[in-house]
Amino acid sequence: METFKMIEIACFVLALGTAVFFFQKNAGRIRRNIQLGRDVDRSDRSSERWKIMGRVALGQSKMVARPVAGFFHIIIYAGFLLINIEVLEIFIDGLLGTHRIFSGPLGGLYTAAIDFFELLSVGVILACLVFLWRRNVQRIKRFHTAEMRGWPTKDAQLILYVELVLMGALLMMNAAESKMEETIAGPFAISQHLGFVFNGWSQHALHLAERGFWWLHLIGILAFLNYLPFSKHFHIILSFPNVWYSKLDPKGSMGNMASVKEEVEKMMDPNADPFAAPAEGTAEPERFGAKDVFDLHRVQLMNAYTCTECGRCTSVCPAHETGKKLSPRKIMMDVRDRLDEVGKNIDKNGEFQDDGLSLLDDRISREELWACTSCNACVDACPVAIDPLSIILDMRRYLVMEESAAPQELNLMMTNVENNGAPWQFAQADRLNWAQD
Amino acid sequence: MEAIQTMADMAARSEKPDVLFWVGCAGSFDDRAKKITRSFAELLQKARVSFAVLGQEESCTGDPAKRAGNEFLFQMQAAMNIQTLNAYEVKRVVTTCPHCFNTLKNEYPELGGNYEVLHHTQFLQKLLDEGKLKVEGGAFKGRKVTFHDPCYLGRANDEFEAPREVLRDLEADLVEMKRCKNRGFCCGAGGAQMFKEAEKGNKEVNIERTEEALDTGAEIVAVGCPFCTTMMTDGVKNKEEEARVKVYDVSELLNESTRS
Repeated sequence: METFKMIEIACFVLALGTAVFFFQKNAGRIRRNIQLGRDVDRSDRSSERWKIMGRVALGQSKMVARPVAGFFHIIIYAGFLLINIEVLEIFIDGLLGTHRIFSGPLGGLYTAAIDFFELLSVGVILACLVFLWRRNVQRIKRFHTAEMRGWPTKDAQLILYVELVLMGALLMMNAAESKMEETIAGPFAISQHLGFVFNGWSQHALHLAERGFWWLHLIGILAFLNYLPFSKHFHIILSFPNVWYSKLDPKGSMGNMASVKEEVEKMMDPNADPFAAPAEGTAEPERFGAKDVFDLHRVQLMNAYTCTECGRCTSVCPAHETGKKLSPRKIMMDVRDRLDEVGKNIDKNGEFQDDGLSLLDDRISREELWACTSCNACVDACPVAIDPLSIILDMRRYLVMEESAAPQELNLMMTNVENNGAPWQFAQADRLNWAQD
Repeated sequence: MEAIQTMADMAARSEKPDVLFWVGCAGSFDDRAKKITRSFAELLQKARVSFAVLGQEESCTGDPAKRAGNEFLFQMQAAMNIQTLNAYEVKRVVTTCPHCFNTLKNEYPELGGNYEVLHHTQFLQKLLDEGKLKVEGGAFKGRKVTFHDPCYLGRANDEFEAPREVLRDLEADLVEMKRCKNRGFCCGAGGAQMFKEAEKGNKEVNIERTEEALDTGAEIVAVGCPFCTTMMTDGVKNKEEEARVKVYDVSELLNESTRS
């Protein structure tokens, strides 16, 4: 084999190895961060879980609730899944030093496949342009709320530009190929019309251009892969498991706290000894509700890393729509950002050192939490089954059960429930008055 | 309305009703909601359903406490209610409040309270289907009605059709709001908001929702929740449309259109 090929293979292996090494390291950090949460058992009803994952994640059933965004997202999604077959060829070629290794065995089918991928990549380019239009020209409201200022908006734009570059590289690579004399495949449906760019180029220059775009596409993919752990775009990895682990009970079911159940059972049991010492080996009781990310469970933390900040939740939230501070998307972003902060703390100190900060107050204010009507609109709207409501309610539990810090009117309501079995100050004896009036 | 039986009355005679009517706090104490309670009880009587209420033995399900974050108080309430319900060997429960419905159906089973729980619109739809209730007179025939989905019946428990089927049986001209069914917009009362002032914003949630209901041109806003009733009625008043637009529970409309 010629030296040049040897060097190219070595470069490929080095690039791939470096990319995989750093990606698994940073994705591993996210995995570790998620595991900082409380244990939760969501391994039940697995056949139902596979079905919902097929429908919601694979089938994008909730994306199309908004037809325009849904349609173009499906194109990008299909492009991502299918064009990866071509990426497989790029990887094999890169490792073996071959050129378009699938073209031989596939014959005419190969050209048809590449034609299809090219059409798809044009679709992806169109979709990215539409999305850039929606963000920058049409300025759709949900992309421009307070929590989207700065990095989240840059992140979203960058993803779209990178996708444009990747698709462009793919098309230009094929275009150069189709102009070459010793081509083994092509011309292809779209790229043959782009060949004019290379008019008058020598065969050597065409060859170099083909290689250049091949490398641009490859490096682009590897760089993008390593960008994921630092971006909202990580949703392409977590959406599937996130939907699989989602809550299957009716949305209205809030779940009962097991620790409280035990307490109440003891109170109701006339034979229980109120002064009994806890049994040997009894763990320190957990905090009631959630003050910080450690108090949330792992699916809630996975929810935070799955969120791609589309804002559908926020755009349907009755509190947000009427000008209150609450934004369910911000809740998810706050959980993720706090979890990242905790993760960095652990990376630096070996284990978590108290930083005097917490999810509550330092990121999510009480005002936001108390503005929620628990209507489940945010939960229903999320295309990847994220549940911001459960986090809001867990944080209310902390406020009330650990800090007794409910708004005064709610304290009154609770006192009434406690004393007369109704949220208002009416006597239990009057419960049947409606039948006599 | 005939005399209402309590579970205790019936137990004293060694009788058991087919279904327990869980009235709820709003249905027991709120003057507007009491009318809904009476109209539903009348419908049950018209359909010759054997039912009873707990009366003084009923207590808050604990829903507002739970949504406010007080799990302890919720579970205390649940434990007491479950004791009462199980002592009477209750099998079926029907309630006019979607919050009670949701809590009894989804949160009580794990705490030892296992019942078949129905929202009153589901129960009424069944009575109509079985022919136990018959729509007569056509008081609402062709009249424009819009239905406001209660969050705790709709999104929370995926029941969007039962109340609409009842309205269709009334031959009302059912028009939908821009946001309806699983995308229905909250009235603003859920999650214990009913009992406190809203946080600072630029609008009240019930006004936003009422405007949407008024946009349909409906003369009746049908509801299925005592809290939605309050919020939507307040909204209509705020918009000074109370002469033209009325807010009624589905059971009130049906009660107007049926004879015993």
